Amino acid sequence: MKIETCKLLIIGAGPGGYVCGIRAGQLGIDTIVVEAEKPGGTCLNVGCIPSKALIHAADEFAKLHSLSGENALGISATAPTIDLAKTIAWKDGIVTRLTGGVASLLKKAKTRYVTGRVRIIDGKTVEVATCEGALRISCENMVIATGSKPQELPSLPFGGKVISSTEALDLREVPNRLTIVGGGYIGLEIGTAMAKLGAQVTVVEFADRILPQYDAELTKPIAARLKELGITLYLATRANGLSEDGNALLAEGPDGAVEIPSDKVLVTVGRAPVTQGFGLMDLGLTMNGPFLAIDDHCATSMRGVYAIGDVTGDPMLAHRAMAQGVIVAERIAGLPSVWDKRAIPAVCFTDPEIVTVGALPNEIEGSKTTVFPFAANGRSMTMERSDGFVRIVFDPKNELVLGFHAVGSAVSEMSGEFALALEMGATLTDIADTIHAHPTLTETVQETAQKALGRALHV
Amino acid sequence: MGISIIKVPDVGEGVAEVELVEWHVKVGDLVKEDDVLAAVMTDKATVEIPSLFDGRVVELGADIGETLVVGATLLTIEHAGEGNATASDNEAAAASPVAQKEPEDKLPEPAPKAPEPKLPPAAPPVAGSARAPRAEGAAPLASPAVRARARAAGIDLRRVAGSGPAGRITDGDLDAVFAAGPAAVAAPKPGRSRREGAEDIRVVGLRRKISESMSLANARIPHITVIEEIDVTALEDLRATMNAGKGDKPKLTMLPFVSAALCRAIDQHPEINAHFDDDAGIIRRHSPVHIGIATMTDKGLVVPVMRHAESLAPFELAAEILRLAEAARRGKATRDELTGSTITITSLGPLGAIATTPIINHPEVAILGINKMAVRPMWDGAQFVPRKMMNISASFDHRVIDGWDAAEFVQRIKTLLENPALIFMED
Repeated sequence: MKIETCKLLIIGAGPGGYVCGIRAGQLGIDTIVVEAEKPGGTCLNVGCIPSKALIHAADEFAKLHSLSGENALGISATAPTIDLAKTIAWKDGIVTRLTGGVASLLKKAKTRYVTGRVRIIDGKTVEVATCEGALRISCENMVIATGSKPQELPSLPFGGKVISSTEALDLREVPNRLTIVGGGYIGLEIGTAMAKLGAQVTVVEFADRILPQYDAELTKPIAARLKELGITLYLATRANGLSEDGNALLAEGPDGAVEIPSDKVLVTVGRAPVTQGFGLMDLGLTMNGPFLAIDDHCATSMRGVYAIGDVTGDPMLAHRAMAQGVIVAERIAGLPSVWDKRAIPAVCFTDPEIVTVGALPNEIEGSKTTVFPFAANGRSMTMERSDGFVRIVFDPKNELVLGFHAVGSAVSEMSGEFALALEMGATLTDIADTIHAHPTLTETVQETAQKALGRALHV
Repeated sequence: MGISIIKVPDVGEGVAEVELVEWHVKVGDLVKEDDVLAAVMTDKATVEIPSLFDGRVVELGADIGETLVVGATLLTIEHAGEGNATASDNEAAAASPVAQKEPEDKLPEPAPKAPEPKLPPAAPPVAGSARAPRAEGAAPLASPAVRARARAAGIDLRRVAGSGPAGRITDGDLDAVFAAGPAAVAAPKPGRSRREGAEDIRVVGLRRKISESMSLANARIPHITVIEEIDVTALEDLRATMNAGKGDKPKLTMLPFVSAALCRAIDQHPEINAHFDDDAGIIRRHSPVHIGIATMTDKGLVVPVMRHAESLAPFELAAEILRLAEAARRGKATRDELTGSTITITSLGPLGAIATTPIINHPEVAILGINKMAVRPMWDGAQFVPRKMMNISASFDHRVIDGWDAAEFVQRIKTLLENPALIFMED
């Protein structure tokens, strides 16, 4: 058996693992990254990037479709058609370019990259099954960055018609009837895109509203848009499995049993951490529910073993994993880095989009909330999208901003301003007195702060 | 908001000018009414100057060590309400503040300051100021750059007060933490190492006064010091007996007895209780015995005066010595209590050594130093016996006290202390 040693071994080359690997390499740490699949993890291969590619294609298609009928802009276009296989090939091209980029960045940082499946022997040793045979790696420090995978429902095991987001982002044809179990952000992002591409989409959600992690005000514009797109919602409804012939989803809701004819059933009921089947549990690390418990240095309960990303729990977001990866690499290099972030922005690429950073209304006692609608924003009118609003949660005692939320078209790009303001400890006055360019959607942010201070101009 | 000038107040007793010895505030500090702003020193006493307003310090009117006339601008404060500063006030203040002193008192160039980081003009309150950082458990509010800087320096931001909006910790707040000193600095490594550099300390305030008086005394007065050993066994027995029955009176130390013996000896030697005005060529023999008691304080040597010691009984002497020492240590001794001694006693207590060469408190002509008491073997003619022995070291102005007189005076003290009954017996 081949034997290798290193100072830092990273298991998993998703956004957490590869960023950790690059940063460690930059800091001169002898590092090996092991990945069973292609680098980039869920995010690059079957998550963030592919879904955004699909959403973009669907939006372009839908736009053309709307312009092929009577429209206010006076544009006449012919009804579009789509070759989804070609769209997917384009998406794959982007993915290949990005994953290739990751590999070369790791190489540039002089971090070694090993493809193969890991088996953890102990906290300092792993065996990797590579295509060239077994490889034993002993390390001083280990980072568990194994990520997460789509959660399965016992009544709807993946396979055949029942697909996960991974397969949904790799369909060669638009399904006629797509039923989605789980009205969270993944299901709604894909469902909206498929509806725009012409599928008849039905969403079955166990809770009594979509996107249950957000408050109802924030999700109202989404629900309205889903309706506009002809998506059927079954709320407070439990999916019980496929019908005997496999052509319909059986569900039970407030109005009794329903049978939803389906060509594909997409199950998006959450994501589960990847912790089983490679010896991780034998280390006996302290757990936090199904996740690995970590401290603010991303250290697990075993000395020299760190964990980052989805395997450490919510929020399961690529940018959180990346930030954790940097901290661990710097920590191992002897720098005093620590997790002290005030804000992790979360974006939901539905239509319209949702951004949330920091506290929700009423989450912190004594906080106040101010809302400013896009309907009063010139730029949003010129984009034919005046639905949605910006919302600021703040502490009335000292004006400190505690949270930002926005729902509206293209508001995902506001997440940077929101997160920066929270990290800098901005007050309402800081935001109200910062010039925001006209005409842009971000003027709404300034107006919200001005309104909270009692001096809004455009309402 | 108004701007008001706080002037050097009239500290009384005909004092026309004071020396600024300490600032309790700096520019940008928030002060409350009655907070101490500065300490100034008159000839002898230190006076603390309180704020008249709640407000923020805008400008300091002088540097430490500067001499200010009464009525000069001490500092300016910005506060709510009308200010008292007018244009003409400002001009007057600018014209009058300092240096109405003789040329030889010209201040030296300001000593180079310790290499502390320059604070921005509107310096925020320092960490560790009265302001509470934030609510228990609340995360410190600071930009990522400030957090990184604090981490690199090992500063726990939870313990740093923020001066920014909503209590945000600014870069300036961190500067203040660094300036506040070595708390943030890593502990020194064990073992020996070379040290470099030197520290310049400006001689101001009390230290300057001490320095001046000592120079004057040593330059003008040719000292003669007589050292004698005294058997205080009998005195110690008497002291123990009196202390045993003292009730709630203050405990008697050696000093009341020495003071009493001194007064008694002066009855026969009035030339010792005198001032020699050498410029005028006059020796002034004093009737009352005002004994200066050299007292160590945190800031240095001061000499509170026990007035009319000749009229006080031992326990009264003890009480007065206690009161004066306490007042001096707390800096509360009045100008009156710090001037007018006719003779001085200096005692280092248990540190008193075998002998000292005390320096006369000019223009007095004698000073009595008390040395350490110890049990020593003494020859009584047949054998060695343990006796409680104590030396005294007395210095005299040899211009006006001859060696013979000095020796006689010391012998008189010795006789009185060895036979303490004589102190209290009428002749």
